[in-house]
Amino acid sequence: MEHSETLTLEDTVLVACRIEDLPPGESVRVEAGEGTDAVAVFNADGELYAIDDTCTHQDASLADGWLEDCKVECPLHAACFDLRTGMPSGPPAKRPVRTHRVTVEDGVVRVHVAAPVGAY
Amino acid sequence: MRSVAVVGASLAGLAAARALRAQGYDGRITLIGDEPRAPYDRPPLSKDFLLGRTSAEELALGTEDDEPLDLDWRLGTAATGLDPRGRRITLADGGEVRADGVVLATGARARPLPGAGGAGTGPASDTASGAGGTAGVHTLRTLDDALALREALGAGGPLVVVGAGFIGAEVASTALACGVDVTVVEALPVPLAGPLGPEMGAVCAGLHTDHGVPLLCGTPVRRLLGDARVEGVELADGTVLPAAAVLVGIGSLPNTEWLAGSGLDATADLRGGVPTDGRGATALPGVVAVGDCAAAYQPDTGGHVRTEHWTDALRQPETAVRALLAGADAQDAQDAPGARGPLPYFWSEQYGVRLQFAGTRRDGDTVRVEAGDPEDRSFLAVYERDGSPTAVLGMDQPKQFTRWRRQLAARWAAVAT
Ligand SMILES: Cc1cc2nc3c(=O)[nH]c(=O)nc-3n(C[C@H](O)[C@H](O)[C@H](O)COP(=O)(O)OP(=O)(O)OC[C@H]3O[C@@H](n4cnc5c(N)ncnc54)[C@H](O)[C@@H]3O)c2cc1C
Ligand code: FES
Repeated sequence: MEHSETLTLEDTVLVACRIEDLPPGESVRVEAGEGTDAVAVFNADGELYAIDDTCTHQDASLADGWLEDCKVECPLHAACFDLRTGMPSGPPAKRPVRTHRVTVEDGVVRVHVAAPVGAY
Repeated sequence: MRSVAVVGASLAGLAAARALRAQGYDGRITLIGDEPRAPYDRPPLSKDFLLGRTSAEELALGTEDDEPLDLDWRLGTAATGLDPRGRRITLADGGEVRADGVVLATGARARPLPGAGGAGTGPASDTASGAGGTAGVHTLRTLDDALALREALGAGGPLVVVGAGFIGAEVASTALACGVDVTVVEALPVPLAGPLGPEMGAVCAGLHTDHGVPLLCGTPVRRLLGDARVEGVELADGTVLPAAAVLVGIGSLPNTEWLAGSGLDATADLRGGVPTDGRGATALPGVVAVGDCAAAYQPDTGGHVRTEHWTDALRQPETAVRALLAGADAQDAQDAPGARGPLPYFWSEQYGVRLQFAGTRRDGDTVRVEAGDPEDRSFLAVYERDGSPTAVLGMDQPKQFTRWRRQLAARWAAVAT
């Protein structure tokens, strides 16, 4: 299910899942392979969002967190991240997570992961 | 209210200062802490920091966002007394602080091994350099404790861990990762039976044996061997374990001795923590208590419970400070949902496995495995009393665990304090 294809120098496109496998309220972790961090894709009441999967506080997987409105609460120490901006809304996380563009085509959910600045 | 003194400048104290500002309080906030360092995080001290994977800078609890809070820091000086008349706090350096409101957040210190020369009754700073006289005998509560233990691990083993509680288990797992030969001894027949019950305690104990770390249960320590330096540990059955270093992880004692004469000690034994209602209000008007030094009332169990959990210390101040600003002796918020502190929650990391626990387990609760299999070291267990869930334990089951924790938290909030 998880594979990546490099389209441009900047973006890595990850195939996340089929849309029917990600109903509202659910989330999925997508491994990105060597050198790229895993991402988490959320279905928040029909809107799809993708962020870095690893919490910026320690190393919990945010795909395992609690989704409420446009926020995900880290499963470990309950830092909240806004899915639209990646910003933490309170302690213990101090740094934001990156957000990524999500597209759905022919029922396939894809995440467009921007390459880190200066990667090429 | 024009002035608030927060005593104890660590996780709960800093969270209280933040909560005061977040709730619109704009008076003076004085933070009194006996450690000279700025607030830092303790959980990594037995995990990544001990392993050398996290730096001291990364442990800082303060952030840029705290700068505008305008806090009056008094670090490196202990509070020595609280005079309830005028809420006057005396300091070890001879100074004093008067305040309209007081937040008690003095936490806890490591319990020294009885008879091993530990001081045992003084505040945290007394025991900061270990359990007492003998070199090589460590406890773990402060950053300096962790630095000393890290050095000992660097010098190689063997290490004997006394006490198979969470800190003992985490240190054993870190020591193993450092390549140090480690043995764990536990006085009880089953480790962690207190917090987790015997069935689940036994499952967690299995983590040591999974990884080839010897665990000796039901055998208390008789004495430590060696004069200037520890050389071994002698158990009650005569067994002698050679040791280059010993870590004593046999629980903690709340830092409450300084409250003698405050009036709080007149009605309660503060060795079990400062008793509070479900919000954090103490028996003294204008004084609340939070974090590891506090024992909050739980109507669910009918007792005062001193939880020693990171998340509780972070979250309790929000509720306690609200009560303080509203007038701590007012019982008006009693039936309002959300008026009580958070559902107790903690996590632990051992041997690459993540444990999570939430709720209020008591002896007599039954436990059943809801998902996964303990044999696989990945499962979710639910504790029940009279057919209702009381607590949940997860081992590497974060997603399922979060669901159950949410459900328990909703029930918890619906119970009046
Ligand atoms: C090694 C270790 C690992 C841990 N791991 C976990 C974990 O994995 N998960 C988890 O949930 N919890 C864990 N904990 C527990 C968690 O760190 C505590 O619950 C938390 O630190 C409590 O915060 P606190 O502010 O109430 O108390 P503390 O952190 O103890 O802070 C109290 C502060 O008050 C100071 N003080 C004491 N007396 C006075 C006085 N008279 N005057 C002025 N200052 C005073 C103390 O020196 C200290 O700085 C761990 C703790 C340790 C030590
Ligand atoms: S790992 Fe996410 S809040 Fe700590």
